[in-house]
Amino acid sequence: MAEWIEVGPLDEIPRLGARVIKGDEGNIAIFRTSSDEVFALADRCPHKGGPLSQGIVHGNSVTCPLHNWVIGFEDGEARAPDEGCTATYPVKVENEVVFIQL
Amino acid sequence: MREKLVLIGNGMAGVRTIEELLKIAPEKYDITIFGAEPYGNYNRILLSPVLAGEKTIEEIMLNDEQWYRDNGIRLHKGKKVIKIDRRQRKVIAEDGTEESYDRLLLATGSNPFIIPVPGNDLEGVITFRDIHDVDRMLEATRKHKHAVVIGGGLLGLEAANGLMQHGMHVTVVHITDTLMERQLDKEAGALLQKSLEERGMNFLMSHVTEAILGEERVKGVRFANGLEIAADIVVMAVGIRPNMELALNAGIYCERGVVVNDTMQTYDPRIYAVGECVQHRGVTYGLVAPLFEQAKVAANHLAEYGIGRYEGSVTSTKLKVTGIDLFSAGDFIGDETTEEIVMKDAARGVYKKVVLKDNRVVGAVMYGDTVDGAWYFQLLRDKTDVSDIRDHLMLGQAHLGDAGHGGQNAAAAMSDDMEVCGCNGVCKGDIVKAITEKKLFTLDDVRAHTKASASCGSCTGLVEQILASTLGGDYSAAPHAKPLCKCTDYTHDEVRAAIKEQKLTSIRAVQKFLEWKTPDGCHVCRPALNYYVIAAWPAEAKDDPQSRFINERAHANIQKDGTYSVVPRMWGGLTSPKELRAIADVVEKFNIPTVKVTGGQRIDLLGVRKEDLPAVWKDLNDAGMVSGHAYGKSLRTVKTCVGQEWCRFGTQFSMSMGVKLEQITWGSWMPHKFKMAVSGCPRNCAEATIKDFGVVAVESGWELHVGGNGGVKVRATDLLCKVATEEEVIDHCLAFIQLYREEAHYLERTAPWIERVGLSYVKQQIVENEERRKQLRDAFLESQKYMQKDPWKERASEGVEKHEFVPIKQVS
Ligand code: SRM
Ligand SMILES: Cc1cc2nc3c(=O)[nH]c(=O)nc-3n(C[C@H](O)[C@H](O)[C@H](O)COP(=O)(O)OP(=O)(O)OC[C@H]3O[C@@H](n4cnc5c(N)ncnc54)[C@H](O)[C@@H]3O)c2cc1C
Ligand code: SF4
Ligand code: FES
Repeated sequence: MAEWIEVGPLDEIPRLGARVIKGDEGNIAIFRTSSDEVFALADRCPHKGGPLSQGIVHGNSVTCPLHNWVIGFEDGEARAPDEGCTATYPVKVENEVVFIQL
Repeated sequence: MREKLVLIGNGMAGVRTIEELLKIAPEKYDITIFGAEPYGNYNRILLSPVLAGEKTIEEIMLNDEQWYRDNGIRLHKGKKVIKIDRRQRKVIAEDGTEESYDRLLLATGSNPFIIPVPGNDLEGVITFRDIHDVDRMLEATRKHKHAVVIGGGLLGLEAANGLMQHGMHVTVVHITDTLMERQLDKEAGALLQKSLEERGMNFLMSHVTEAILGEERVKGVRFANGLEIAADIVVMAVGIRPNMELALNAGIYCERGVVVNDTMQTYDPRIYAVGECVQHRGVTYGLVAPLFEQAKVAANHLAEYGIGRYEGSVTSTKLKVTGIDLFSAGDFIGDETTEEIVMKDAARGVYKKVVLKDNRVVGAVMYGDTVDGAWYFQLLRDKTDVSDIRDHLMLGQAHLGDAGHGGQNAAAAMSDDMEVCGCNGVCKGDIVKAITEKKLFTLDDVRAHTKASASCGSCTGLVEQILASTLGGDYSAAPHAKPLCKCTDYTHDEVRAAIKEQKLTSIRAVQKFLEWKTPDGCHVCRPALNYYVIAAWPAEAKDDPQSRFINERAHANIQKDGTYSVVPRMWGGLTSPKELRAIADVVEKFNIPTVKVTGGQRIDLLGVRKEDLPAVWKDLNDAGMVSGHAYGKSLRTVKTCVGQEWCRFGTQFSMSMGVKLEQITWGSWMPHKFKMAVSGCPRNCAEATIKDFGVVAVESGWELHVGGNGGVKVRATDLLCKVATEEEVIDHCLAFIQLYREEAHYLERTAPWIERVGLSYVKQQIVENEERRKQLRDAFLESQKYMQKDPWKERASEGVEKHEFVPIKQVS
């Protein structure tokens, strides 16, 4: 079982926004919804690799900044009729601090 | 327990309602469908191409039986409902099948009208309504020779054409002297008749059928004037009558159809009705587009979203006979209160008529060349004031300016591998395939599935034509104003009005007040709402970075690889050694890969890493440079030429005029990007006449031009007015910008905005009314107090939005 890594305080992710976790094998985008749920996706759009962290967040999804595909947070799937999937990572929030499992 | 929804009528309108409902509330109902026909759901309007041998039955199925299973729908096919028991809330079919309901949806369509003459029940008398009828006609073509079609309307002609394709000798009988008189005027009707005659169709115009002759089987037809002709089959296509028998027997109020209100409910609020069986505000419809609008509203209401209303439709018509192009919409006959503009080219077989009332299009009929049908229909639906474009209205929507496929507009003539959408590389074949395989009906569907016309939109007309020619039918949306996006039913104008009247100063407040359908909105509405609130309440509203597209949030343009570009302002296109040196230093210091002179007279640094942006800006700021807003829905550039400062032809100081304009207008948020230019003489080296606001110097002063655009669709400016002094240039410019800011829709540039509201209106507000001009100018200056802050400096030195530029964590 992979361990939980501390990301940082929930406060530091804007509501309806995202931050980037830099990693050796590509970046991870960590999103915060309007109801303060947190999700993590690989920061690569399944379409042409656009940085999802730079998109507009709405509901439990983000619109990619390059060509407007909409990617769901729960499963990383592109909203129909587009087809494609990006990796998701487990996250949790404890005492206002965000953790991720890689 | 889920509520029970029963649909009677497995046709186009009913099933469409179910599809819409499944999209928004898939779990809400336990659904049962009764259909008298023994199949799944098919595209009835394509029966004509099936009859003509251009399509097969398989190709026109919309939903096969698997679809019903996949969606958990109980389908009773081949079962006709004969009774609705409203007290016990159940329906009963011919074979005794019963189903109870909580809500009932009637979509029983209509019945072909059979004229009451002797012999109308003989064998060989056929109507044209369903697959069974088509089978009977096809069978007749194999055995018989002579067909008589009674009715020279849309259906009759399509039936006649189909039968003719199978080698039958066909005579069309029509009661008046004009074919399709409900869709065509005399002139167009005559052209149609002529070309059908050339193809071998025979006509008996102004003939009244008196009897159908024969013992058991049809032998001939007799007319009121005594004429008798031979016939092996007679196709009755004289009209349709809403099928409301079931509703009448159940005591539901009916007039010419089942009467419904704006939410598609009958007098029994548990019972909804949609489609051809319905009468809404006194009108019944016989085309698909309005029925689909009804379906959407009914679904919305069944899902208890309850905000959609159906307000009636204006329809347009096309005839599905291959090789014949005709189009009509609205009131194309006119009366003493209307005027008409007519264009006729008999040699080419082209005829166009547009009917105007109070400078607005109220109807159009065209024959031979229907490329601009969609455009006229749009003008009609939008009630656009056409006084400013009246002189070239008949020439069509001058497609010449469109980038990519200028001049190419005959969709039917295109081969499958020709590119339609240059932005997304979509060919005609891809679109046709998506339409047929995915069963798409609307422009929005095609956009979603193929991405054609989803980017710059210049190919929209072409895509609409492909849609029309592939489907055959007319699918232009009904004429209600377009909602802002899928999250609401309100239009841009309604939203703006509410923001002003209710003093809504945040996106949340707007969404709450107007009952947005989604919790946070989407990437389409949020940026628009953000703009609308800050434009209306510059002092009170707070900008919401999370509702801005990344370029405006990061104050730089995102590139395909996730890096950014940086474009510092060069006022009026002027620069200096100090600025150039700072740029050179920054490029070296941050290893910026590309330096490019832009089309807007300044320098672009491309490939900057996001983390470096604040430091890059800091260095540029230190040399006195600020953001060029190359990313913003805001003032972009003011291009200038050298003008009287240097040029031997210069008549005014265009460089300094340009710099002044740029300094006073930068920083303001607008509905879309805004570009200006100032030229020193009419040679116009700064290309001022394709800018949103262009200034051209002349000996005696300045000419002011507005509404130009050099991008996707080139549009030269309109002359606003001529003024004498620099101060007047500035006043008019600011007033123009403010009017645009207050009234244009988000993402509408000045060119389409002016085409929508009319140049006369803009002149009236800005040129003719000095008071209004001053008021607009002052409003702009007031708003600039809050807007003119260099966003780069705020982020480079004042710590604004710090989190935007640094990763939250590094892992390895
Ligand atoms: C950099 C530049 C091309 C260049 O290397 O010269 C450019 C680059 C882009 N243009 Fe442009 N346009 C540039 C001058 C123009 C011009 C020429 C001009 O301004 O004189 C035009 C035609 C004139 C006009 O706008 O009327 C132009 C018409 C467009 C359009 C079509 C606009 C339209 O209304 O039809 C778009 C698409 C849009 O805005 O939706 C666009 C969009 C873009 C975007 C923003 C595409 C995007 O969304 O990423 C490009 C950003 C690249 C970047 O990161 O810098 N660009 N673009 C030019 C920047 C000028 C500047 O200094 O700010
Ligand atoms: C040949 C042809 C060409 C056409 N071309 C065009 C065109 O180009 N453009 C355009 O916009 N429109 C066109 N139309 C019109 C279009 O097809 C209709 O407007 C549309 O199908 C009406 O939809 P509806 O659901 O109201 O009725 P329908 O599609 O007719 O569906 C009603 C269904 O209800 C069933 N039903 C009726 N009573 C009962 C009952 N008691 N129990 C169970 N089931 C019942 C019927 O069997 C039928 O299947 C054309 C129509 C025809 C026939
Ligand atoms: S810079 Fe403009 S024309 Fe060039 S590729 Fe980008 S959007 Fe298209
Ligand atoms: S890369 Fe994300 S939509 Fe194209």
